[in-house]
Amino acid sequence: MGVRALIEERGAAFEGYTFGFLDDMAKREIRRAILKGVAIPGHQVPFGSREMPIARGWGTGGLQITLACVGADDTIKVIDQGDDASVNAVNLRRLIAKTTGARETLTTGDATLIQTRHRIPEERMTAGQMLILQVPIPEPLRHVERSVAAARAMHAEADYARMWLALYEDVVRNGEVTAGAGYPVMVNHRFVMAPSPIPRWDIPKLDQAETLFLFGAGREKRIYAVPPYTDVKPLEFEDYPFSIEGFPGMSCRRCGATDSYLVTSPQADGSTLSVCSDASYCDDVLGGRKVVNQW
Amino acid sequence: MGYSSVRGGMDAIEHAESLIAAQVTDSAHPVALPQVRDHVALLLDQVMGEGGVYDVDLGALAVKQAEGDPIEAGFLLRAYRTTLPRVGYSFPSSGRQMRILRRVSSAFRDIPGGQVLGRTRDYTQRLLDFALRDTPPQATAPSADLDALPAGAAPAEFPLVIDTLRTDGLMHEAPRRTSDEEPFDVTREPLRFPATRAARLQVLARGETGAMLSLAYAGMRGYGGAHGYIAELRYGDLPVLISHPITGGQVRIGWVPVTECYQVVGGDEGAKHEHDGSEDHVHEHDHSPDYVVSYGVVIGRNERKAISMSILDGSLKKATKSGAAIEDEEYVMYHIDSIEAMGFVEHLKLPHYVDFVASVQRTSKVRELVAAARRG
Repeated sequence: MGVRALIEERGAAFEGYTFGFLDDMAKREIRRAILKGVAIPGHQVPFGSREMPIARGWGTGGLQITLACVGADDTIKVIDQGDDASVNAVNLRRLIAKTTGARETLTTGDATLIQTRHRIPEERMTAGQMLILQVPIPEPLRHVERSVAAARAMHAEADYARMWLALYEDVVRNGEVTAGAGYPVMVNHRFVMAPSPIPRWDIPKLDQAETLFLFGAGREKRIYAVPPYTDVKPLEFEDYPFSIEGFPGMSCRRCGATDSYLVTSPQADGSTLSVCSDASYCDDVLGGRKVVNQW
Repeated sequence: MGYSSVRGGMDAIEHAESLIAAQVTDSAHPVALPQVRDHVALLLDQVMGEGGVYDVDLGALAVKQAEGDPIEAGFLLRAYRTTLPRVGYSFPSSGRQMRILRRVSSAFRDIPGGQVLGRTRDYTQRLLDFALRDTPPQATAPSADLDALPAGAAPAEFPLVIDTLRTDGLMHEAPRRTSDEEPFDVTREPLRFPATRAARLQVLARGETGAMLSLAYAGMRGYGGAHGYIAELRYGDLPVLISHPITGGQVRIGWVPVTECYQVVGGDEGAKHEHDGSEDHVHEHDHSPDYVVSYGVVIGRNERKAISMSILDGSLKKATKSGAAIEDEEYVMYHIDSIEAMGFVEHLKLPHYVDFVASVQRTSKVRELVAAARRG
């Protein structure tokens, strides 16, 4: 399909802007950063992050990756905290669709590209799919070294002593590693990486997956990647092993699932309402459809 | 409660958009863009400078659409600007080529070329003028031409005050630079530290007035500022010169209004400045003390920001740091961009319930551990 046909297909709804909003030089630069990121798993690649029509911190890094990768024959899904209906997810999805003509879906299995904030879907993603994660702070060393230049040198030298020390001190002070969402991981035995604020629940999914994971931090101007079949291990001590969140005795009020990540809301009567954070998975369980959720 | 349908999210967004649209357009006295241009000129200048686009019509549109929020308006301009192709770069303009509309020095009583007070509120009394409440019976033409040059008059060249310091041997000559050097572009390349001089000045020039004022003020109160003198503060138009695409000669395609501030720092403070190869900077030399310049330049009329920028430039140049935040290049350059800052700070409005569950589970675990330890 030629460029002309692509532009005509999406109609006049977005007249005055190019296909996918970004100019072609920007797309090329972003794709090159992605390729470099794939070649060096877990390494943060600086890129000339463009100003987007979405505010910084609201998914501009993920959005730039999505717009640089999406074609008119792609099927896109956007989730925020697992939910397609979250207003920011809706806003991003309509911008991507409007500027590219790509088909929209709410179903994990149907999507070729999924842009996400703070969740990896419950349904196991496959080789033909890409997961694009929005990243607020790409630097896992930020809380032990606030200088960007110094942290960059630490990564280059694989000098993670202060990171390990911080984890150790956490164990000494609190009895265990207190990091919740965004637990630091070691990628390909080389780079410590911020997985974005996904819950611990999602961390094991990064390891030896079939899917390509791309991470975009727009404000901080970094892109990085976890290619398929890459070792991704949470930082842990032998005697203080990593553990994920648990929901013992709880189930989703809507679909009844007991094997998904639940989010809770306090109710007026003092009780707590728990539902799946992953809307697509919840719909599948409710509809009686079997999906693989073992990553 | 329960799941809002995707359609529900869409409806909510569309309703929010129509509420915003109504706020911008519905009024018994709707604002037209020329009114923004003529009456909200200082806000417009700030928005164009921080948005990185000098276009009065687009700037006025952004101010109107953003209901006068300067950060939101600058954001609108930047999001538009990013879609425009980069056609080329102008030749550097020197302050000596400025068509001066205002020019003051606080270091010298008299300066070559003379002081020009120009359009300033500095010596007005800040009394509400109740006469302005009444709509004037008839429109008057904007008085912008009050400070226009007489027709046909060749713009006088005003020397820079720092040229005097150079002549007197108090300051070294500016290093020679080739004019065809392609500048680092902070809107196209990620910052690397230490940043180039071009990158530093671009970030400072695009920084937000309030954020820079706050940091500069902290510096003056003792958190890392250097005590300098304003050798010259000037406002006027700088020529935009480009290479003619056919002849290759320099042609002027227009003028851009700017405010420039030259602060000089001397004595021990000056001698302590690092050598960063900047235009107004000292070479290796034998005789100190010597004066160095801290520089600020801002689109339009914005003296507050130009002075703040020169203070921050001076702090960043210090070779001997006291450890204050405003001497830290990363601290200053990352945090004065309020368009980026507002996005990240306000993203806290987005749902975080997945992260919050993760946090609560960790906190509960630690509480259990503490309770178990107390039980012994």
